[in-house]
Amino acid sequence: MVNKYFVKGVAASLVLSFGATQAIADDVEVLHWWTSGGEAAAVGVLKDDLEGKGIGWKDMPIAGGGGDAAMTTLKARVTAGNAPTAVQMLGYAIQDWGDQGKLANLNDLAASEGWDAVVPSALQAFSKHNGDWVAAPVNVHSTNWVWISKSALDATGGNAPSTWEELVSVLDSMKANGITPLAHGGQAWQDATIFDGVALSLGNGFYKSALIDLNEDALGGPLMVEAFNRMETLRSYVDDNFSGRDWNLASAMVINGEAGMQMMGDWAKGEFLKAGQKPGSDFVCIRFPGTQGSVTFNSDQFAMFSGSGSSAAQEAMASSVMNPVFQSAFNVVKGSVPARTDVPDMMFDHCGKKGMADLAAANAAGSLFGSMAHGHTVRPAIQSAIVDVVSAHFNGEFSAEEAAEEMVAAVAAAR
Amino acid sequence: MKNYFQHLLPRIVLAPSFFVILIFVYGFIIYTGYLSLTDSRMLPTYEYMGFGNYTKLFGLRHWKIAVNNLAIFGILYIVICTVIGLLLAIFLDQKIRGEGFLRPIFLYPMALSFIVTGTAWKWFLDPGIGLEHIMHQWGWESFEFRWIKDRTFAIYTVVIAAVWQSSGFVMAMFLAGLRGIDGEIMKAAQIDGASGFKIYRRIIIPMLRPAFLSAFVILAHLSIKAYDLVIALTNGGPGRATEVPATFMYAYTFSRNQMGVGATSAIIMLIMIFSIIIPYLYSELRSENQS
Repeated sequence: MVNKYFVKGVAASLVLSFGATQAIADDVEVLHWWTSGGEAAAVGVLKDDLEGKGIGWKDMPIAGGGGDAAMTTLKARVTAGNAPTAVQMLGYAIQDWGDQGKLANLNDLAASEGWDAVVPSALQAFSKHNGDWVAAPVNVHSTNWVWISKSALDATGGNAPSTWEELVSVLDSMKANGITPLAHGGQAWQDATIFDGVALSLGNGFYKSALIDLNEDALGGPLMVEAFNRMETLRSYVDDNFSGRDWNLASAMVINGEAGMQMMGDWAKGEFLKAGQKPGSDFVCIRFPGTQGSVTFNSDQFAMFSGSGSSAAQEAMASSVMNPVFQSAFNVVKGSVPARTDVPDMMFDHCGKKGMADLAAANAAGSLFGSMAHGHTVRPAIQSAIVDVVSAHFNGEFSAEEAAEEMVAAVAAAR
Repeated sequence: MKNYFQHLLPRIVLAPSFFVILIFVYGFIIYTGYLSLTDSRMLPTYEYMGFGNYTKLFGLRHWKIAVNNLAIFGILYIVICTVIGLLLAIFLDQKIRGEGFLRPIFLYPMALSFIVTGTAWKWFLDPGIGLEHIMHQWGWESFEFRWIKDRTFAIYTVVIAAVWQSSGFVMAMFLAGLRGIDGEIMKAAQIDGASGFKIYRRIIIPMLRPAFLSAFVILAHLSIKAYDLVIALTNGGPGRATEVPATFMYAYTFSRNQMGVGATSAIIMLIMIFSIIIPYLYSELRSENQS
């Protein structure tokens, strides 16, 4: 008797598990890491849009900012021959998967909807693999932002800084006013996010030749030493208890007046807005001093895996992602700016409008670069070697000169 | 027929687990070994490239830091755990009152996972909210304990948390060893006029040799595979100051797209563990043959 039930149970669970792995023809299974409140709401916008087209949404969220955990899961699933339909991806991950020949081609859709004309070309470099569209960009985050507490800035009696020297003097007077001038969390990617701004403030040419072209003269040259010197200067304005702190806790320090400013990508804006602060009156958003007119970006994109789910559903999803209405609704919630330059900005706040205008201007002027900290300059192996050096130096392992030498060695070793 | 079946039954019962272990432990060890000889990046590739990953690994500063930390951590962890465990066991063995109450208190930390230990100690050692903060609130303003934020001392906080977790377990092992020693021997030594200290140094501790060996092997392999504790306590930081081989292996294999180098580091860790386990097994087998 027991045996009979047991056999039935096993059979039933086998059937169920097979049933579960085979998505119905017009469903999309979406792997992403947008799990926090605002992000989940933003995903809901896309989900509703697709359900309106009669396409079911199978959610597969893997928590963990930056998507490390999600990418690990993805590798396991692809190796097991069970790729999800669509996957949220950043930068070079798309190229790596393209090299593996796993991504579906979206050229027909892109041609009929005219993506080439509206997506910034620096972004297209990541959405296309060998000239073929393989991913639909959802948003553009930029990393060279500084978020300043308005009251702390007013207390210094100065204006928002626009050069490195002005920044240092504002930081100095904040220190004199008895607050932590710079809120920062000691995690490698946060150190690297500041480094994005610092490197870019030494010139677009330097940023491109050192961090994108990996030119050895630039990697170990005097400007690199100067960049590390500036990192040391900034380090001196951070409190001693910074290591391991999450970025949103650093934002909270600025919000509640403990600290003066934070150098962080535009996702930090969400924290300020959630705390009920108003851009312009409670906090000020500026580009990292010395980087006005240039933008370092990272972009979330949805790549489609070939052979998983119907291509009609994949195209419908990509089309929904690229829909200007969705791009506006999603990015207002997310804090980023749309990945197409033709989306009207009336739904966005002051900082969002500035972000959109900066993006369009940088795109036109050729000063739109990928963010090194967020894997949009070089392949991950080399990028993580660079981040290692930046973080080790920020934590006092190297002097500025040693760090520049180490940079050359680390990049050479990771190639 | 029945006899034949009885003869066969143990093999049938053991066969599935045998094959599962054969494939999922030894099979994958061989697979990892092969991957370490390939140029695997994001996904496994099977093109043989020789020992390039090994030279690359030992040229990496990151790996040197990890191995260096393992040496500091492993030596201190093993020595301190053994000393504290032995002392606790000897004190508990003095036929004191309330031993049944004290023993589980020392043993309980072992019941926690390293993640819990790491998180609890992270908060406890954090200068902003933990020990230092409380001391300041109690009025001891000059008190300072910020090792966990200090690049050179952070690895020692990992030692503190790990010792807290494991020394009770080592104590239990020594206690079992002490209980196995014949009381007559101690009495004989006392009649011969040996002091308490001398009895322990000359007689008891040498007789605990098997317990020492087991404790060493268990602590050594725990320290080599230490991963969760470091992740929860410091996450390898500040910077990369508390990186250990296990965290290195995970990062290079799964998030840095350097699977070949990651597999190489896994093989090096395997060799480290073998170099501890094989002499142990050898000595165990030899003493078995003798008796």
